This record gives sequence, C-alpha cells and structure tokens, in this order.
Amino acid sequence: MAEIKLEDIIKPENLVFQKTKLFTDKPLSYCPGCGHGVVHRLILEAIEELGIESETIGVAPVGCSVLAYEFMNIDIAQAPHGRAPALATGIKRVYPEKFVFTYQGDGDLAAIGTAETIHACNRGENISIFFINNGIYGMTGGQMAPTTLPGMASSTSPYGRDVASMGHPLKMTELVANLPGTRFVARHAVHTPALVRKAKKAILKAFENQKENKGLSFIEIVSNCNSGWKMTPVKSNQWLTENMLEYYKLGTLKDE
Amino acid sequence: MGELRLMKGNEAIAEGFIRAGVDAYYGYPITPQSEVMEYLMAEKPEERTGMVVLQAESELAAINMVYGAACTGKKIVTSSSSPGISLMQESFSYIAGSEVPAVVLNVVRGGPGLGDIQPAQSDYFQSTKGGGHGDYRQIVLAPSSVQEMYDFVNLAFDLAFKYRIMVLILSDGAIGQMMEKVMLDEQKPRLTNQEIKDRFDSWALTGRTPGREHNIITSLDLDQENLERHNFHLQKKYKEIEENEVILEEVSLEDAEYVFMAYGTSARICHKALQIARKEGIKVGLLRPITLWPFPEKKVKELASKVKGFLSVEMSAGQMIEDIRLAVEGKTKVAHFGRYGGVIHSPEEVVAALKSKIIGG
Repeated sequence: MAEIKLEDIIKPENLVFQKTKLFTDKPLSYCPGCGHGVVHRLILEAIEELGIESETIGVAPVGCSVLAYEFMNIDIAQAPHGRAPALATGIKRVYPEKFVFTYQGDGDLAAIGTAETIHACNRGENISIFFINNGIYGMTGGQMAPTTLPGMASSTSPYGRDVASMGHPLKMTELVANLPGTRFVARHAVHTPALVRKAKKAILKAFENQKENKGLSFIEIVSNCNSGWKMTPVKSNQWLTENMLEYYKLGTLKDE
Repeated sequence: MGELRLMKGNEAIAEGFIRAGVDAYYGYPITPQSEVMEYLMAEKPEERTGMVVLQAESELAAINMVYGAACTGKKIVTSSSSPGISLMQESFSYIAGSEVPAVVLNVVRGGPGLGDIQPAQSDYFQSTKGGGHGDYRQIVLAPSSVQEMYDFVNLAFDLAFKYRIMVLILSDGAIGQMMEKVMLDEQKPRLTNQEIKDRFDSWALTGRTPGREHNIITSLDLDQENLERHNFHLQKKYKEIEENEVILEEVSLEDAEYVFMAYGTSARICHKALQIARKEGIKVGLLRPITLWPFPEKKVKELASKVKGFLSVEMSAGQMIEDIRLAVEGKTKVAHFGRYGGVIHSPEEVVAALKSKIIGG
C-alpha cells in the first residue's frame, strides 16, 4: 500500500467543511459541549449563503451570548437585558430593506423581555428572533429560568422547581404562535447532526421571510447547558432528549 | 421663508421633529406630553418626509427602539414625562456608554412617584447628575418658550451628533401645554442612506460595508483596564463639552446687585419679578441657564465676586441651588425659593423671597 501524505489529502477537492467567513477569529466563550456555538454557526452560514452580510444588522442580548457580537462578523448592537426585540424594531423600521435579527436566551426573552418579545411578535415586525432555550440562567451561574422544568434543580431552586410556588415553565413559542403578527414559528434542537441540518433550514427560511416581507419568524432552539445542569456534555444531551423535549416538543407550530 | 403659527409647546416640538428631518419617533403616551405623538400621528410624517412614528408598548420599549435605531446613524427621538423618563434611565446609561446620538424630550410633571400632571422642575438632579448607573453625562437643554421648544430640536441634534451623546430637552408641563406664536423654518431633508454611510460609516450599524471591519455598538467591556480607558475617553469628551457648549441668557446683569437664577417656566416668572423689583429700585438681574449641563459655572463664579446674593428660583425643593453653591464657593449669599408638587410661583412672591431671603436675610 502506497504511503499517504498529508499534502495529498489537503486539497480543495477534498474539502467537506470549513468555518464560515462570517465567524471572527475570536475563540468562542461558550463551555465545550454547549449548543450556542452551533447556533451561531448556523445563523452565520445562513447569512453567508444568502449573501446578505453587508445588509444584516444583528442584536445581541444579555446572558451567555452577550458577547455574540465578538464572534459574528456583521454589524451588531448589544441590547439591555430583554430589550433586543425593541432595538430590532427600532432598526428595522428605519432600515426596512435590511435583515435584522435578535439572538436571545430564555432569561432574556422569556422573563425580563417578555413584553418586548410579545409586542414585537404581535406587531408582526419583519425581523427574525432566534431564541436559545436551555432552561437555566447560564451566565450568572445556573439560576432558575422561566423555562426551568418542573422539579428541575438550579442554584435558586436547589430542591427542584416547585410549580406551586415558583410558577410553571413558560412555553414562549406556543404563546407567540397564537399571535396574528407571527408568520413562521418553529422549535428546533442542535444536539444531533440531523437536527442541526433541520435547524439550519428553519434559520434560512427566517431570513428568506424577511426578504419577502412576510413578517416575524420566531425560531426556538432547545439547547443544553452542561455546566449549569452540572452534567457532562454527553449526559446533558441525553437529559435534554429525555426531559426538555418532552416538555418543549420539536416541530413547526406555524408556517403561513 | 418662515411661517408664523399659534401652537402648543408640545405641538411645536413635534412639528420641529418633522422639519428637522428626524428619521423616527418612538414613544408611549403620558400626560402632559401626549400631544407630541398625537400631533405626529395626525400629521402623517410618513407622507411628509418618510419619518417613522411608532407607539411602543412601554417607555422601556420606546427608549430601546430609540437606542437600536440611533445605532444606525439616523436621527431618532422620543418624548415622555417624569415617571416615563425614570423608566428610560437604564437605556440613557447604555446610550452614554456606547456613544450613540439621540434626543429625548422630558415634559416634567410633579413628583415623586406618580405625583401629578402639573408643571414641575423636580427632575433637575435626575437630568443633570445621571439617573442611570455609571459615570456619564448627557447634555440638558431647558427651553422657556414655545419658540425654544421648536428651535432646540435642531440644536439638540447638532450637539447629539457632534459629540455622539444623548441630548435631553428638559421642558415642563407649562411650556408643553401653553400656546404661543412660533416661527417655523423650512423643511430640512432627511439624510439618505448613502449620506448616512458617507458620514457615519466609521461607527454606525449600516450593514458591514465591504472592506471595513464590522461595527459593534456595545457598552460592555469585561476588561477593567479597557473600561477605565473608555471612561477616561468619556470624561475627556464631557470636559470638552463643559468648556465649549454652555449656553445662557443674561437679563439686566450689568449693574445687578442681586441675581435670580432660574430656567424654563420659573425663568419666565423671574422676568416679571425682575421688572417689579426694578420698579422698586432693587437692582436685580436674571441669569437663565439654557444648558443645565454643562452648567454655566464660569458665569456664576464671575458674578459671585460682584453681587450680594443669588436666589435660585425653582419649581422644586432645591436642586439647581447645589450647582450654584458649588460655583459660588461661599463668596456670596445663596438662597433657594421653591414651589413644588406642580405649583408655580407668582412674580410677587419671588420678589418677596428676594427681600426676605437675600436682601434682608
């Protein structure tokens, strides 16, 4: 058998995957195993494939993804906690021809920013909202989120979320699907390659909807938080499949 | 060609927004300034200039729509009254930290809390000292007539873009609600997207122009040394504004032995009080700060060594008086005469206060 040299392998025709040019070279600040990096990549790939990088304005939240602007090589603002949909509304209204999106976690979107989320959806702003739901406040150290499951332990619900006193996990995606202003509402996940491909299609569609002036697209990505959940990445993905996806069912809720 | 009209202060400033070529107004109703958005909606600025007017779900949403849109280099404005302005303070701090230009109108009402809907000047501390968190400043303009409500729109935007800073127009319920004649000027065209790119592409979110780095608007820097450097930069800018942008009005100060110091509605009362006092032979003048920040510190210092006393006439329990005292440095007498909770002084009681607190005090 002939010896295989490295330089014979590294050739353009053998290239099957590369980092999108829209990622900056800054190392991601996310924990190994976390879904944020994958979702960043899918959004940036979608922007690159559509060729809209000079026409896109992003809005980053407060939370683990507060530094999203460091990694995304597009023009981007960082919003006060929960207010990303208001910033996106402000931007889109003065630049209706631009592609505007928010990237928000569950604390940002479903607790402090509930009003801004619901009203942006209800007005049918022609923007895309990407909502990463990992059922916990990751950045501040694993506190209970509006989306924390019943019985799920966190640093502020150490004996498990007691719904009688702490309320129920909020299904934002179901809620906004009921509003006449939303056009495309779907829940995805990114812990298997097949699901990553499906999520990518939904993200692409969200941007295409803006181009067609269709109104608001809302994509929830159910993700893991292995650090906050205090599990290995593999175990957290198993737990996600067995618990999170039971409560937060994947699928397209609305596509008009 | 100018155009003379009889208008409420709130209507005049709304017309000013349209004629100044403002790109968007985002607001939320609150008395006594709801006429601003009502006037804008009725005028259909979308048709007149392409200006966007949107009613938000809260003052929080309104100011964050302003913040987002202001990140793009467009001319953006909101208006509210005291309790609504309190809600916006967090974003004022973000706007300061991330250095975007924006203009906000506060038609002040009585406080604290829900207070009442009558004119007051009790938001001076909040406006000039920073109601939000962190070391920051915003330029504060105090109109005292309907004409100035209109005129200060262009002034505010010029300053906002010159320094990439928030400019607060601090009015009150009297100036907002009263009708006066106002001279309107010609419609200014809104900047085109290309003009915005040509002027502000170094910082504004206009979509990443091929060949340039991506623009980021943020107030976050987790490296404390960097954040300190950013604060040094902000303080340098504030110093420059303090040195160059003070605006004031002087009335009969040449021979004055006493000084009324007042802005907005209380300055109007002092104009009348000055006439009454002068008829009685009391040599009193009026120093009206038009910029509350930057405060006319040098002028007050200069007067402090010449006059026998300052009377700070405020529709508050005494807020601006602290800045007067700091500038006077104990060189002359300083007293405060306030009516508050929405009550306005009569000119006669201002003269009486001058006599009792300064001349005889």
